[in-house]
Parts: sequence; structure tokens; C-alpha cells
Amino acid sequence: MDPATQAAQHFAQAPNYILEFTYLIASILFIFGLKGLSHPDTARRGMFLAEGGMAAAIIGTLFHHNIQFFGWIITGLILGSLVGAAFAIWVPMTAMPQRTALSHAFGAIAAALVGIAEFTMHAQTMSLFTRSALGLEVMLGSLTTTGSLIACGKLQGIIRGTPVQFKGQQYLNLLIFLSMAGCFGYSLYDPSATAFFYGMVALGFLFGIMLVIPIGSADMPVVMSLLNSYAGLSSAATGFVLGNNILIIAGTLDGFSGFILSILMCKAMNRSITNVLFGGFGAVHHAAGAGATGEMREISLDDAAVRLAYASKVVFVPGYGLATAQAQHAVRDLANALEDRGITVKYGIHPVAGRMPGHMNVLLAEANVPYGELYEMEQINPEFPTTDVAVVVGANDVVNPDARDNPNSPIAGMPIIEVDKAKSVIVLKRGQGRGFSGLENPLFFKPVTSMLYGDAKSTLAQLTQQVKNV
Amino acid sequence: MQVSQPSASEAMDPMVLIAALYVFALAAFLGYLVISRVPPLLHTPLMSATNAISGISLVGSLVIAGSYQFDYHKLIGGGSAAHASMATLMGFVAVFTATVNVVSGFGLTDRMLKMFRKEIKGKEAHK
Repeated sequence: MDPATQAAQHFAQAPNYILEFTYLIASILFIFGLKGLSHPDTARRGMFLAEGGMAAAIIGTLFHHNIQFFGWIITGLILGSLVGAAFAIWVPMTAMPQRTALSHAFGAIAAALVGIAEFTMHAQTMSLFTRSALGLEVMLGSLTTTGSLIACGKLQGIIRGTPVQFKGQQYLNLLIFLSMAGCFGYSLYDPSATAFFYGMVALGFLFGIMLVIPIGSADMPVVMSLLNSYAGLSSAATGFVLGNNILIIAGTLDGFSGFILSILMCKAMNRSITNVLFGGFGAVHHAAGAGATGEMREISLDDAAVRLAYASKVVFVPGYGLATAQAQHAVRDLANALEDRGITVKYGIHPVAGRMPGHMNVLLAEANVPYGELYEMEQINPEFPTTDVAVVVGANDVVNPDARDNPNSPIAGMPIIEVDKAKSVIVLKRGQGRGFSGLENPLFFKPVTSMLYGDAKSTLAQLTQQVKNV
Repeated sequence: MQVSQPSASEAMDPMVLIAALYVFALAAFLGYLVISRVPPLLHTPLMSATNAISGISLVGSLVIAGSYQFDYHKLIGGGSAAHASMATLMGFVAVFTATVNVVSGFGLTDRMLKMFRKEIKGKEAHK
């Protein structure tokens, strides 16, 4: 090899060193960005760092020596930025769960498509290890895509939120899973048998659907976290296929974040991940839900307002009903009116309240509640004996004392927000029917509890007026 | 010196593979440490942020969407001649979805984080 050719080759590879270095910087910035999220005060600054890293990585990649045709790239970047900006500006906070599910689907489909494209171009020349990583990437990517779309449909109300269950479902799912794994195995053994590879992709899409349809809305926080984890891991597998470290790092961070959240959510419901995925929540309830008897006491608006106005400490406990009624601002208004009277107001937030981790915190922050008033379950529970009024807004299972007192309850052992230890409880509820879980809630029959029926938003608005007039 | 192939996938020799596994293991460990320190208060922004960050798969999509000549007639013609154009199209869709995730992920995270305020009316924050 003559020196001139060597020099030319060296020059051709030089941009790769710059690119690798850019990726390294970007990876470090991502980690600093996530570290910033350990406190609300540093979070935004951290995110700016991560955004900078992302911009550098993308611009650097545009100079990659393999990229020769820019038409499709530019079109994709522009269209994607427009749609992404529209989401960022117009998605309401109450719709965060479904938008997050959709973004898991988008991330997963990107990973799956990159994998399929790599397979069509280079399957014959890949090492066994690369093909395994590619198979994992495409499997995780395809099942996460359809699974997230189903979750998104359920959260948006396009698909019924109730679990879809039938006899032999678990065997069918097992069969699909084994066929998918079989196709994966065979395409590892013989990469030229492309039918098996594409069969694996199709079965992956099917498995994603089957995995999420039996899961009820109340279990969504766990499912969201798991899908988050799968989407991240499929990105990480893409990194192994492409030999790209930043993909491995970012994908692993995403995957582990989802994994940690899944475990936290499962702990907050005292259930295992397999139980959520295969346990068929909702089905058990009707059998074991009897036991709570007695009379529910209704309270009038006037009485409720007077009780609140003369309290010295009030704790609000929000649930998913707060989001459906869009009542976060109404809660804040009532809290303001109470604080103007010198009453201490706090909010008790259960980890699985709502449909995704942290859902309630975001809604209340949107309504200008300072985060110092938002308390985690462990922090707020010791305060109830000194609380005059606990106001439950659209929450049900997370305040169900059966979880603590009745070992036969389907939710036995789930940690709850112990509102029943407060001096009095007011439950805001749409009607007398059972909540999403279909579970009877003995809290509603306790002597300390009064029920206030009606739409949470208008009820809270009227309460605010009444409190101001007291 | 190794001659670079006109392919998006770099060949994985065993040392590169082991280095990649090191990266994976260390990133997993670091991710565990960093993410377990995020308070439940910020779990929704966390999910949104990690989503945006994993949109870095965009860099893989870009290389695929831009490496091959797109030829409509070959695509319609089918067979192995169509593969390059199919790969370009798949890369294009992946560039689109990954860009949506990056832009909306960072945008929404910032919109959410802006709302978390310590004080509104001179009340004490806990802890």
C-alpha cells in the first residue's frame, strides 16, 4: 500500500474520530441531564445539557462518511420536528400518559425498522452475535410498538379500558411467544431463511397486542414503565448491531429507568411484574369484593364547606378521577381559599395514583401547586391523625383500607394512603357505583367518611365559593 | 489499517464486542445510581426525558436513510434489487419517528419542569 493511499484512507477515517468524540461528549451530557432530575431546581438546567448533547450528536452524524443522499433525511427531520413541536406545544398535561405511550411506540418502531433494514442489507455478512442482538432489537421493537399503541388507545379511550380476557389466553400467548422465539432461533441458525425473520417480526407485533389487551387501566403505570424499559433496551440492542456506543448508553439508561420505575410501581401495588402481566387483574375482584357493608353517608355542599372552613389542617388525596374531571385547577382554587383562612393544606400522592408514574404531581404542578406541598405516601401517612379533613378527589383503590385490614382482599398488602385515620374524610365521587377496579371500598362506609357526589370540577368550584362566603 | 466498508454496520470483532459489553454494564450501573435518585415527584418528566434521550437511535436511522440510492423503479421491481430502496424508506420512517420523540420529548419535559415551583406565596417548602 503506497503512502498516498494510506494518507487518503487516513483522511477518510478522520471524521469518524471526531464523530466518536462527539458521541462521547453527548453521552456524558445525557448522564448529567438525568442527574439534574434528582431535584426540581436543577432539572431544567440538566435537560438543557442533554439537549445540547443530542444536537451535537445529530449534527455530527450528518457528516458520517456513509451518508451520501440527503433528500429523505432532511424530509424526515423536518416532518418529525414539525409533528414533535406540535405535540410539545399542544398536548394537554392530562393527556401525558397516552402521549408517553405513543412515544414508546415511536421509539420502538424506529429501532425495529433500523434492525429490519440492517437485516435486509447485511444479514449474510453479520457475525452470530450481531445477528442475535439484531433479532432481540427487532423482537423487542415490534412487540413494544403494538403493545404501546394498544396502551395508548386504552388511555385515550379509543379502545375499551377494561381487560380483554378469554379462556386459554395464557396458553395462546405462550404459543405465540414460543413460535416467535423459534423463528428467532432458526433465523440465527440460517440467516438466508428470511421468511423466519419476517415471521418473527409479525409474531412480535401480534405478541405486543396480546400482552397488553388483558391488562386493566388501573395497572397502566406498571405497563407504561415496562414498555419504556423495552423501548430503551431495543435501542441499546441497536447500538450493539451498529457498533455504536452512544446508542448502547442512551438505550441502557432508558431501559433501566423504565425497569426501576416498573419495580417501584409494582412495590406500590404489592404485586410482582408477572402478576401484573399474566395475573388478570380485574377478573378476581368480583368474587372477593363482598364484605363492605353498612350505609354511605352523604354530606351536603354547605356542610362540607363549613367543615373545611373551620378545619386547621386539610389534606387532598387525588386519583385518576382528578385527571378525567380536569379538576386540578379547581382543587388549587379551593386550596387557595382555605389557605387564605390560615388553614394548612397538603397533598398526599400515592405512587400509582393516575395512569403513569408521577401523573398527579405534574397535574398539580400545572395548577400552580408548589412542590413543597406535594407529599409522598410515606411522608403524609403519619400526618393523618392530626388532619381535620382529608379530601379524596377521584381516588379509590389507593385509599382502600381493605388493602391493609383484609388479608383476603385482591389488593391485600398494597400500601395505601391512610385517610381513614384522619378526623374526618370527604370523598368526592361521580356516583355511587364502583370505581375502575370494580372493588368495593369499605372506606366509604366508615363513620368518619362523608360522600359528596357530583362532577369533581364543579363540586370543587362550588365548595370554593361556599368557603369564601363562610 | 482496516479499509472501511460501505456498510452502516461496523464489523464486530471480539475486542470491540467486549468493549461494547463493558459500556453496557457500566451504563446500566450508572443508570441505576442516577435514576434511583430521581424523586417520585419527577417521575413523569423522567419518563419523558429518557424517551427523548433514547431518541438518539436517530443517529442509526440517519445513516440508514442516507447510505443507499433510492430508486423507485427498483423498489417496484421487487427482489433483492429493491432492498436498498426499502432500507432507505424504513430509515426515513425511523428518522421521522425518532425526531418526533426527540423534539416532543425534550419540549414536553421542559414544559413540565417549568411548572414545578418551590414557592408561590412565601410558604415554606418541606424538608
